[in-house]
Amino acid sequence: MIRKNKKPRLNWIDFAVISSVVGFLIFVVLRVDSVLNYSWNWNHVFPFVMYLDEDTGQWVSNLLLEGLIITLRLAVYGIIISAVIGVVMGLCRISSNLFLRMVARSYVELVRNTPPLVFIFIFYFFLSTQLMPLLGIDELARSDSPAVKTMIWILCGDPILFSNFVSGLICLSIFEGAYITEIVRAGIQSIPRGQWEAGRAIGLSRIDVMRYVILPQAVSKIAPPLANQFITLIKDSSIVSLISIQELTFMAVEVGVSTSRIFEVWILVAVMYFVICYSCVLFFNWLERRAARSKR
Amino acid sequence: MTDTDKRVIRLDNVSKSFGNFQALKGVSFDINHGQKVVVCGPSGSGKSTMIRCINRLEEHDGGSITVNGVELTDDMANILAVRREVGMVFQQFNLFPHLTVLDNLTLGPMRSRGADKQQAQGTAMEYLERVRIPDQANKYPSQLSGGQQQRVAIARSLCMKPKIMLFDEPTSALDPEMIKEVLDVMIELAEEGMTMIVVTHEMGFAKTVADTMIFMDHGEIVEVAPPSEFFSSPRSERTQLFLSQILSH
Ligand SMILES: Nc1ncnc2c1ncn2[C@@H]1O[C@H](COP(=O)(O)OP(=O)(O)O)[C@@H](O)[C@H]1O
Ligand SMILES: [Mg+2]
Repeated sequence: MIRKNKKPRLNWIDFAVISSVVGFLIFVVLRVDSVLNYSWNWNHVFPFVMYLDEDTGQWVSNLLLEGLIITLRLAVYGIIISAVIGVVMGLCRISSNLFLRMVARSYVELVRNTPPLVFIFIFYFFLSTQLMPLLGIDELARSDSPAVKTMIWILCGDPILFSNFVSGLICLSIFEGAYITEIVRAGIQSIPRGQWEAGRAIGLSRIDVMRYVILPQAVSKIAPPLANQFITLIKDSSIVSLISIQELTFMAVEVGVSTSRIFEVWILVAVMYFVICYSCVLFFNWLERRAARSKR
Repeated sequence: MTDTDKRVIRLDNVSKSFGNFQALKGVSFDINHGQKVVVCGPSGSGKSTMIRCINRLEEHDGGSITVNGVELTDDMANILAVRREVGMVFQQFNLFPHLTVLDNLTLGPMRSRGADKQQAQGTAMEYLERVRIPDQANKYPSQLSGGQQQRVAIARSLCMKPKIMLFDEPTSALDPEMIKEVLDVMIELAEEGMTMIVVTHEMGFAKTVADTMIFMDHGEIVEVAPPSEFFSSPRSERTQLFLSQILSH
């Protein structure tokens, strides 16, 4: 940390690398322009985010913005649900009870060793035909009560798609929860055995040792990989477009097909994902710095 | 007092295996109130295993262990009752790194003795003074020297007001210049009448403090004797060999 106050400088190798990357990008754009004979037309695409209704004079959200909102909902709820699953299953994974260990282990291995798409197709089929009616989700969506209707609108969007949204959300959460389970397990097991022994030696119960000694230490080890997994979750949420959850990727396919502005649509969508994910990265980094500071 | 009143620990034919390996092969002894026992023996002879069985950090699989009138079984309530009476100090200190020194000391009393915070902090400061580091109360363990950390660990055990203290090679992980400060605290504790079992190779300490020496080898107790006898005329050949090795340097 001697050069703390100096701005890092770029040397000639960095410049060479940067200029070749820029050169390559220019080359790609030119090729697309001349060889594919692609005429860029962004104006075709932006109205699919939002357009001005000439009759009313108001801005109206369109497919891509609606998709973005569903993606954000999937992300927020998915992070919460998968974190809960991950913590519970992670604790089961190291439980002294053989049955709980077996359940958690099977869950993790099942998810880890099947392709996400295959898992989601199978699980979605089961979920939407069996579990949703059983849980009364369909009925809830069809409910006439205005209070329920508004709740669903605010939290999950159009009630007609409610059951579909919930299935997608559960698929995604269960899928990501398996990875979080492993992160939680590894974090807890990284705490040295001596900490358990010292806790037990001063008469703490197993639960108290976990709560006051092990978990507080495990949290700081779990946080970085967990943040990483949350970002993966946001990106993975695009998978559920294949089971017709109308999130960003699903909408992009629709818009791409109907306008044939493939490049524009997908570049725009990529930027949207990037902005969401990178905001999360910055947020998690800020949290981490704050936690580090409060410890000193 | 009758003999049974004075007895605080009884090991009767205790055995313990790790897989196929028998770490303890029928160990028996009694310890009375106020007695100070020093246990020595070659590495791997089962010293740690034996004292860890006394507060059930290891589960013995044969014989019986009675501490303070309570027999150790699978019954969790019994185990917790025993652990509240038995303090333990480890070779690696095992302080809680995420807590300040003071919080390290109050956690046990508050969570397993149900003390309130003020009361627990009062006791904690008292014991920090006894181990001569009250000024470190608000630091984190990583900011202390090894010797200071081990003294905090001793204070942490004492805050539980134990009747018995177990020490498993408390000075083996310390730099030589810090050994004395820890041993001094232990000597003081002994003078106050604490019942102690100490696994150590610090023979100077043993001669000052111990009233009984136990020599272990291969999972068995080979010799039990008062220190005067133990050091001048050990009966078994294995003890003689061990002492000649350890006292030669
Ligand atoms: N958890 C364990 N699993 C397997 N073997 C162990 C375990 N703990 C101790 N042992 C074995 O038991 C024997 C006695 O160990 P220990 O009581 O630690 O000896 P000491 O403290 O006298 O050096 C050693 O051979 C050691 O390898
Ligand atoms: Mg040992």
